[in-house]
Amino acid sequence: MAQIELSGIERIFKLGDSEVHALHELSVSIECGEYVAVMGPSGSGKSTLLNLLGLLDRPNAGTYRLEGRDVTTLSPDEQAEVRRTRIGFVFQSFHLVPRLTAAENIALPLMLAGIPPAERHTRVAQALKDFGLEPRASHRPEELSGGQRQRVAIARATIMRPAVILADEPTGNLDRTTGQDVTHLLEELNASGVTLIVVTHDPVMGGRARRRLMMEDGRLLQDVREPAPA
Amino acid sequence: MTPADTLRFATRAATGYPLRTALMVLAMSIGVAAVVILTALGDGARRYVVNEFSALGSNLVIVLPGRTATGGFGLGNLITSTPRDLTVRDAEALLRAPLVTRMAPLSVGNSEIAYGGRLREAMVVGTNGDYVDIRAFRMAEGSFLPREDLGRASAVAVLGTKLREELFGSEPAVGRMVRVGDRRLRVIGVLGKTGQGLGMNTDELVFMPVATAQAMFNTNNLFRIIVEARSREAIGPAKQQLEDIMRLRREGELDVTLITQDAVLGTFDRILGALTMAVAGIAAISLAVAGILVMNVMLVAVTQRTAEIGLLKALGATGRNIRLAFLTEAALLSLAGAITGYALGHLGAWGLRLAFPVLPAWPPDWAVFAGIGTALTTGILFGVMPARRAARLDPVQALSRR
Repeated sequence: MAQIELSGIERIFKLGDSEVHALHELSVSIECGEYVAVMGPSGSGKSTLLNLLGLLDRPNAGTYRLEGRDVTTLSPDEQAEVRRTRIGFVFQSFHLVPRLTAAENIALPLMLAGIPPAERHTRVAQALKDFGLEPRASHRPEELSGGQRQRVAIARATIMRPAVILADEPTGNLDRTTGQDVTHLLEELNASGVTLIVVTHDPVMGGRARRRLMMEDGRLLQDVREPAPA
Repeated sequence: MTPADTLRFATRAATGYPLRTALMVLAMSIGVAAVVILTALGDGARRYVVNEFSALGSNLVIVLPGRTATGGFGLGNLITSTPRDLTVRDAEALLRAPLVTRMAPLSVGNSEIAYGGRLREAMVVGTNGDYVDIRAFRMAEGSFLPREDLGRASAVAVLGTKLREELFGSEPAVGRMVRVGDRRLRVIGVLGKTGQGLGMNTDELVFMPVATAQAMFNTNNLFRIIVEARSREAIGPAKQQLEDIMRLRREGELDVTLITQDAVLGTFDRILGALTMAVAGIAAISLAVAGILVMNVMLVAVTQRTAEIGLLKALGATGRNIRLAFLTEAALLSLAGAITGYALGHLGAWGLRLAFPVLPAWPPDWAVFAGIGTALTTGILFGVMPARRAARLDPVQALSRR
């Protein structure tokens, strides 16, 4: 059984009188631990796909099974729980809460999950160590560099030990070197068994993935797999 | 999300925007402070008046000649068209009422008082020895009028403290002879300082036996009779007994008016109580305005933090989590405003007491609770709509907003 199974997904946006098919008859399945890059021009439906996968959006038709469970029919609160426990998000613009410190930003998902402060503290401390953010723990996002911000965001995305990480242009706001650092970080996570799905424009980053989904006009144009590197 | 976490998160959100929070708290606190100060003023005025009346003595029934309430048309009305005077005999008869402990007749007039070439106008009060106890006056020197038959016109007088100062200065007054009108009276006592009481300054009065005063003014009338009932509960029944006695003495017709101190006090209490409520109501309008401000501020906060709300949703926050967080923030702002306003209000009331020492300007407890309660309720009530709006935001759109 595949970890993610999309079949016959339709997503239609109404813009005034006209209808836009953001996703059309999309069927794809992704195995546990895969490294997938979603690529394509602007407006091809990459981000809509990511939002659907992250349960931030609902399809107009089709089914989405996550770990064998049909998640499209869940109530908003149940979907929130799936997001909290199974999915981690990494955004292009980091989306850190500006008034909270790095440590507090990382602790947000734990707080939302109602994990007791003592356990929260040890898990955040471990995450800060793992991501090399220890000296920056009590800094606010505005005092951090872009690379550090994205590291905080990745630490936050992984603190709940999700099964899937969804990254939307994670290196889009970073310079080349820090972008590579972030890419390596995400790949390390993938190597440890987490499914990694990255939406990107960047052919270099896309080329690193073992599987590429090429999108155009809401359709899956190509599904390229590469054998695992020796 | 545990309640403690919600509270902490909301606190961080409130303190994260200090200027906005400070202005909001200021607006709310002005509303609460207005309620506290204005009710302190109103209630202070009420207490001032009540104290003035209480200074008159306690458990009093005042009898005055004439009937103010109009009765029906009857034979009695035809025969005696003018009300009969109130006399010393009436006053003595009133003492027969079992619930009455003491009685003091009052005969009042203006005259001049002279000593050693110093002359001045003074109000003369003819009464008896019980008056000093009924009014609970303190004697500064000597003793008050003797307890004797009301018909005896002893040639003695008791002076108010201010009058004594003006006539005698530092000389001893007790034992000296003063001239009041065309009579020479011996000063037997001086009252302690009492101050204002119902518009008459007791410190400027001359007291003498009621018979002496009546002879001086060549009259048989009494101005008032003050009767003291046994207890506060006895005032009503005592009034009934007094009316019965008066009716008996007037061949069945009641041509006097009896006022209980309670009734007068009660009326003033009600009027000024209503005034305080009205003032509090006006002040509450500013609280409602502050409530609308809370809503406005929270709506702006939701717009400002749209991306953050989207993020929280992506991280797995439920609508309920977000609603509670924003509602808690609104409640915190209101609470801070209410507490600050409470402190400001007490500061203002303290200022009032400094400026007007006679006014006991303490805010009543109910007003303080009502003020703070209204602040919290409006704050939370007006926080509901923005909180719901935040909870309903579409995460995809919220996240795309920067």
